[in-house]
Amino acid sequence: MNKVLSKWRVAFASAAVAAMVGTSLAPPALAAPTLKKGLKVFVVPKNLGNSYFTTADSVKTHGALFALKQLGEIGQETSGTTDTPASQLPVIQSDITKGANALIISGTDPNALCPTLNAAMKKGIVVVTYDSDTNCRDLFVDQATPQGIGDIEVDIIAKEINYTGQIAIVSASIDDTNQNTWIGYMKQELKKYPHVKLVQVVYGNDDTATSVSVTEGLLSRFPHLKGIISPTTVGIAAAASVLDNSKYRGKVKLTGLGTPDEMKKYVADGTVQEFALWNPANLGYLAAYAAVYLASHAITNAKGQSFVAGSLGKFTVGADHTVLLGPPFVFNKSNINQFNF
Amino acid sequence: MVQPEATIGVPAGSAKAPTAASEPVARGAVAPPRKRLRRWSRLALRWEGALVVALALTVALGAVTSRQFLTASNVFSNISLLYGELAMMTLPMTLIIVSGEIDLSVASTLALANSLVGYLWVQHWPMPAVIVCVLATGVACGALNGLLVTRVGLPSLAVTIGTMTLYAGISELVLGPAIITSFPASYTSIGVDPVPGTAGLLSYSALAYIALAVIFALVLHATAFGRSVTAIGYNKEAAQFAGIRVKHVKTMLFVTSGLVSAMAGVLYTFRLSTAEANNGTTLVLPVVAVVLLGGVSIFGGRGTMLGVVLAVLVYCGLQSALLLTNFNSNALELVTGGLLLLSVLIPNGGELAARARRLGGRHLKGGL
Amino acid sequence: MASLAFPASARLSSRRFVEAVMRAREFGIVAVLVVFVVVTTSVQPRFFDNQNIKFVFSNAVIYALLALGETVVVISRNYDLSVGSVLGLSAYLSSDLFQRAHGIPIVGVFAVGLAIGVGCGAVNGAIVAVARVPSLVVTLATLYIYRATDVLIIGGGMVVANTLPGGFLSIPTSSVGPVPYLAIAVAAAVAAAAYYLGTFRPGRDLYAIGSNPEAARLAGVPTGKRVFWGFVVSGGVAGLAGVLWAATYGTIDSTAGYGYELTVIAAVVVGGVNIFGGSGTVVGAALGALLLATINQALYVLGISSFWDPAIDGALILAAISLDHWITVRLTSALRKRSVRGAA
Repeated sequence: MNKVLSKWRVAFASAAVAAMVGTSLAPPALAAPTLKKGLKVFVVPKNLGNSYFTTADSVKTHGALFALKQLGEIGQETSGTTDTPASQLPVIQSDITKGANALIISGTDPNALCPTLNAAMKKGIVVVTYDSDTNCRDLFVDQATPQGIGDIEVDIIAKEINYTGQIAIVSASIDDTNQNTWIGYMKQELKKYPHVKLVQVVYGNDDTATSVSVTEGLLSRFPHLKGIISPTTVGIAAAASVLDNSKYRGKVKLTGLGTPDEMKKYVADGTVQEFALWNPANLGYLAAYAAVYLASHAITNAKGQSFVAGSLGKFTVGADHTVLLGPPFVFNKSNINQFNF
Repeated sequence: MVQPEATIGVPAGSAKAPTAASEPVARGAVAPPRKRLRRWSRLALRWEGALVVALALTVALGAVTSRQFLTASNVFSNISLLYGELAMMTLPMTLIIVSGEIDLSVASTLALANSLVGYLWVQHWPMPAVIVCVLATGVACGALNGLLVTRVGLPSLAVTIGTMTLYAGISELVLGPAIITSFPASYTSIGVDPVPGTAGLLSYSALAYIALAVIFALVLHATAFGRSVTAIGYNKEAAQFAGIRVKHVKTMLFVTSGLVSAMAGVLYTFRLSTAEANNGTTLVLPVVAVVLLGGVSIFGGRGTMLGVVLAVLVYCGLQSALLLTNFNSNALELVTGGLLLLSVLIPNGGELAARARRLGGRHLKGGL
Repeated sequence: MASLAFPASARLSSRRFVEAVMRAREFGIVAVLVVFVVVTTSVQPRFFDNQNIKFVFSNAVIYALLALGETVVVISRNYDLSVGSVLGLSAYLSSDLFQRAHGIPIVGVFAVGLAIGVGCGAVNGAIVAVARVPSLVVTLATLYIYRATDVLIIGGGMVVANTLPGGFLSIPTSSVGPVPYLAIAVAAAVAAAAYYLGTFRPGRDLYAIGSNPEAARLAGVPTGKRVFWGFVVSGGVAGLAGVLWAATYGTIDSTAGYGYELTVIAAVVVGGVNIFGGSGTVVGAALGALLLATINQALYVLGISSFWDPAIDGALILAAISLDHWITVRLTSALRKRSVRGAA
């Protein structure tokens, strides 16, 4: 009743990154910059026990901690137990006390962490956010442009409902920065499809049971609903399970951001045709490299600065001190079984 | 939360606090000073003594595992900054539990205060007016609890489960999806700067806690009001017959709880410089856990402010020390749960023995 | 004076009188439910279509089960706050078996979930009954401990739908018309529990313990044993509910069941079970769970912002306990009058 759990997971296929790397122009190679070793880097996801972040951070999946190990840094994953700033703050404070050189954070809140993070940056600690931004950091490593995400969601669903009909969105928490940004872009993209109408946005709070209930409410309330977008892995899995077991399967189309593992069943039985993702491990890996480059003073966070993130290739800092991983990748029946996260 | 005649969780056990404690009630709710001193000193040896040892161990643990543990900056950022509000809420909670009731709505009152600060600020109220209004709301929240418990006669456990939900719900309605962060820096600096003149150790909420702790300790242990609170916890009927205005006292306790929770909510808002719906509602369980850890009996009638203060220090110190030793946050919850269990299992060893002796027909003179 | 010479017929009719009041209380919940459904349907007719009824039932079923277990504990004047954590532990560990132990029959998975629940319940029960520790505190501690254990074991792991057999996933949804078989099964379980509690010695003992623990003990009721088994039942039911949770939602991680304990206690309170034990029925509690689930669903269907949810739930809880208090006061004075009359 009174617990708001907000966590969301998204992933991106490395194929798309490879494509992006291939198309990026490379100026004459500079001498390899000296990166410091032995830096204390703490990876602070939104909360522990979240499989998306486990994929993003762990050594096994070649995420952030793997990159740090490769670079010879001292990496550790720490966080709180709930997706709240109250839970994340003590951990960040501790990490600072333990002598962090850099923090890689997925923000539970755009502002509540700022007093602490600003003080940290003043002390010279590098703060890199990944996955979920805060208003106080040196760099933000973004999984894809918010516009790219918003656009592809709408494009997929519009196509699936033949460009006519009502759609709804099953989101995560009503406070979620990335959710609201993406929904904003979705509304803009919808203008391209005059016969597709967004009737409601509901909030599942990234809690499975709540997401199921709000989806059921949607279906009962809008008899003419044709499509649902759920840009959160918990939401899309929940909506899929509702559709799968009800008379709406196949009649109401579903897309969103989900992990291949969660979606395999629903893609196989036709509940979901296509959905988008990116690889969270690549996101963590990239964030780790960005943090180490910054902490080694090999780059600054100014626009135009570029660096080579190990096996992922070259990246450049864009506007608003953001580094982009790449465009979202679309999964469907033909390729989903190639992935295991 | 429990009237003495209604025991919770001890199906065939003592329906009241241990016999030893009922002696003073027989004399009119106040034991003569010498006997009281002996009883307190025995208590101090038992529970508060154990807490002091626990605190020493915690500090040792922290110091051994991290050179930073005992530094001013660690004490400030990792302890006094983070736990001030939680500590504040343990104070009225102590009195409430000693009186035999419970207030589970404290964290929701904090959340409501947090939302209201944001809402009123956005309506362009001047900040002092905002604060006054929010504190008044806290008083109203506590008054509702008090009313339902004393006038309507409902059990505080059930009432505060209801108001916990209700107040959190109202906090959601007040702000909806909005997040307010535009608070003036002069207020939000309490989230960053220590209080000047405290050697960089104390945050504003920690200072507030210390000040309040002194007041609450004095009230509980050195005033007639405090004695009546304890007496009510021992035996509500006897207290009533001894002339104590039970309803008035209990209502005051709930009102105070609401007020302090609202205060904590205001400080919380400025510290995080954020107001959003449902902020802080998870704090209620740790608050209750810490109070119980402090040696306050869930049945009422027994507990010292010193114990709760020590428990607060142990809890915060342990959290900080464990985090510095790279303990997983989940392990912290394990430790909290384990400590809580121990805090009731250990004294019960003494109670079982006391019960056995009582059944043997002997009176215990002021000892446990 | 009156008590010992109380004629048997008067005692029996007093008992029937109390039961009549309890029935009326349950009927009251049904009445509120019916009114609510009627009002909602008149605004939004699709609230009462087959599919939506199925939705409401499938959400209510898990809470109703948990409410059943919780009632068994609460009527003896105890509390089990660890049910959410036990559900989560069971949901993950049992459904994970489908990939770890290939070919395990569905019944086996249910057995494992039950065993996990029984184990956790036994720990609670042992501490409360043997060590004589207040259950509120014990289960508050085990709430933390079980949840932390859950996360430590599971970490960031997840059980996904395509590792679960179709037969398992279809358990919550196979239905006859709008009523899922699962709802019927739970209703049967509730009825059986109600019958047991009202008729058999151990059941009535729980009520006695809740009414007056000291008196029950002096009257020879084996209070420790009864309370222990009460917690075992509550834990076991939570374990089963965990397996059903996995079958219902298909995707399970360490957050399953988080926060359920308060909703369950709310359902129990709304259902007329006295927070201090001694009175209340599992039927009432199950109906309370159904009512809360219906109201939550109605809010979504009516398009009322979900922000009203907790506020409404809170108001409901306060209304329910006020009502029950009023009933108890009236009932006690009525019974007193009857006993005076009966002795005359």
